[in-house]
Amino acid sequence: MAIISYIDAVTQALREEMQRDRRVFIMGEDVGVRGGVFRATNGLYEEFGEERVIDAPLAESAIAGVAIGAAAYGMRPVAEMQFADFIMPAVNQIVSEAAKMRYRSNNDWHCPLVIRAPYGGGVHGALYHSQSVEAMFNSTPGLKVVAPSTPYDVKGMLKAAIRDDDPVLFFEHKRCYRLIKGEVPESDYTVPLGKADIKREGEDITVISYGLTLHFALQAAEKLAEEGINAHVLDLRTLYPLDKESIVEAARKTGKVLIIHEDNKEGGVGGEVAAVIAEECLFDLDAPIKRLAGPDVPAMPYSPTLEKFFMLTPDKVMAAMRELAEF
Amino acid sequence: MATEVFMPQLGESVTEGTIAKWLVKPGDKVKKYEPLCEVTTDKVNAEVPSTLEGTVAELVAGEGDTLAVGDLICYIETEGGAAAAQAAAQPANTQETASEMPAAESPKTPVASARPSDAGGAAAKAAGKRYSPAVMRLAQENNIDLNQLEGTGKEGRITRKDVMSFIERSRTAAQPVPQAEPAIQAVSAQQRTATRQPTAAAEPERVPEPSVRPAVGTLEVSVYPGDTEIPVTSVRKTIANRMVQSKHDAPHAWTMVEVDMTNLVKLRNSLKDEFKAKEGFNLTFLPFFIKAVVESIKQFPIMNSVWAGDKIIMRKNINISIAVATDDALFVPVIKDADQKSIYGLARAVDELAAKTRQGKLSMDDMSGGTFTVNNTGSFGSVLSAPIINQPQAAIVSMESIVKRPVVIDDMIAIRDMANLCLSLDHRVLDGLVCGRFLQSVKQKLEAYGSHTSIY
Repeated sequence: MAIISYIDAVTQALREEMQRDRRVFIMGEDVGVRGGVFRATNGLYEEFGEERVIDAPLAESAIAGVAIGAAAYGMRPVAEMQFADFIMPAVNQIVSEAAKMRYRSNNDWHCPLVIRAPYGGGVHGALYHSQSVEAMFNSTPGLKVVAPSTPYDVKGMLKAAIRDDDPVLFFEHKRCYRLIKGEVPESDYTVPLGKADIKREGEDITVISYGLTLHFALQAAEKLAEEGINAHVLDLRTLYPLDKESIVEAARKTGKVLIIHEDNKEGGVGGEVAAVIAEECLFDLDAPIKRLAGPDVPAMPYSPTLEKFFMLTPDKVMAAMRELAEF
Repeated sequence: MATEVFMPQLGESVTEGTIAKWLVKPGDKVKKYEPLCEVTTDKVNAEVPSTLEGTVAELVAGEGDTLAVGDLICYIETEGGAAAAQAAAQPANTQETASEMPAAESPKTPVASARPSDAGGAAAKAAGKRYSPAVMRLAQENNIDLNQLEGTGKEGRITRKDVMSFIERSRTAAQPVPQAEPAIQAVSAQQRTATRQPTAAAEPERVPEPSVRPAVGTLEVSVYPGDTEIPVTSVRKTIANRMVQSKHDAPHAWTMVEVDMTNLVKLRNSLKDEFKAKEGFNLTFLPFFIKAVVESIKQFPIMNSVWAGDKIIMRKNINISIAVATDDALFVPVIKDADQKSIYGLARAVDELAAKTRQGKLSMDDMSGGTFTVNNTGSFGSVLSAPIINQPQAAIVSMESIVKRPVVIDDMIAIRDMANLCLSLDHRVLDGLVCGRFLQSVKQKLEAYGSHTSIY
């Protein structure tokens, strides 16, 4: 099986779906001729032409709105927000139109739309190229919000998202694009949306995470295993709706839970996960549910030292895991 | 002194670069920002500028090598202290790499303290009294006295893992397991507590005497391939404990009589169809048996007693415990004031209690207050049994299966419906003589049933 990078898995998924289904098309800023500022759509313009890989103007609301309209008419658009930070003008389209279409029309219309957006920091992107925006959409019924962490998951889930009949927000951590590599089958496969995944079995503490911090947790887990601490690591994969069963099961396994994400602590998905665990697992808890998250600060700084302070690191993650294990 | 030069971050999301060409060689003098080498990445081709002024000392990476951001590429010798100071300020891009764990570099990481288990839980025992919900639940489910445990958690806290490993150790250890008084036990809890207080000398409850302590599951047992492990439910655990306790405390003696049930069989056959139609449930032999037992108890009230250490308490109320078996457990509900019921009343009580047992709806009240136990072992075909006394009662009687047998009556052989009645008695309270007389009484009453008997 080939070992490819996270970003190549994205391109592979897009290419395969466009080959498989003529209704699938891509639109976004610089996706066509340039192949995407991260090269996510590299080569697709050459292969499928300008009518299926559309270079959109700098107008996120229109990108979302046009995609929604096309989806309502039976196309399968994959719209791109060049950076998740730029999704704000499109929020109205996404939340008020895409998410509500099926409900509002009593199944007469539906919106099989995927909106892809790179999120997260660690690339000196500063305020407007580093945000985590998933929390904003995590309570919008009618919408699915996914954030896969590995190349295998990202290809499978992007394919599943494109084939899904309802809108999916597909967040890709930009730092993972080239940093994370993994085995990805060249075959056609999907990974179900709405299901979390145990990435590592353990008995001492449970760590729940997604995105870049998931990889920090896995690395920390390997180191801590040498000290005799075995972490059970659950990758949320889908942030909304949450896979409550898997979360509860993972929490019950050890009784000690640490939720990690790069997004701000207050209002982040970690709070919802913690609430689910608190509701269902009171008599299985051996420690307070802990959250390790980004600081509640308006934005990721540009100054390198401040960026380093803001971002979670493997060390911070390991320290938190060790502290919980020793409680 | 030689300063390290690292692969810098060359672009957003670029994590590695390949050295395409070295532009300097060892011995070359370089100024700050002079290019050292050409690097290709998948996004951009760039040059790596020198971070300081000095002489190239050693090229660590070779042409064609792919290195991650932050990896060492070469050494530069600095001249003088001023240049050396700059070397210390490595660009902040070196610790962004998640591909390595710079454990040594990070001053902010709190130093991991020695695990509390090393420090010894004894000193912080007081702080360790805060039990988490998981610890409380596990302790309750497994009857564990948490005072016995050493905590390995922070400040001596007893953790879930501590309780789990305690359970593991108790399962395999050959030592007696101290049993905390269970909060709620299914059968006759009030009876036990009522009679335990007066017992001063008799039961060695808390004193561990390995040979006589009624501890359950203290044997070391191995599991072989193919074996099935069945977890012990709390009901089964209760039954186990009570059986052990009963056999331990009461010296069981056993006696038996044979009863000629022919007339009773005839009577029941004549009544059963009409009864079923009228009352909606089956008329079994059990109510007849209970009635005979109850009447005999009235004649021999000592049968209805409990051992109380320095005295024997003869109970006035006759509450008959009946053993009801379900698929996985044995329950012993109680018919209160059985002497006040007719055969019909007893039949109805038995039916109701059996139904409640099957539905799992028995209340504490249903299960407590029994003074004598009747066991219908004949219902599963037994002809002889040695029942275990239902503590703290003094005796238990079983009615065995009714079997046609040849017997001698008036020096002639006849075929009669015969059943055995088996009595286990607590020899501290009862002796053979009174039990024999009691059984004779029950036998006579059973043999006296006939067409004249009214069940209402």
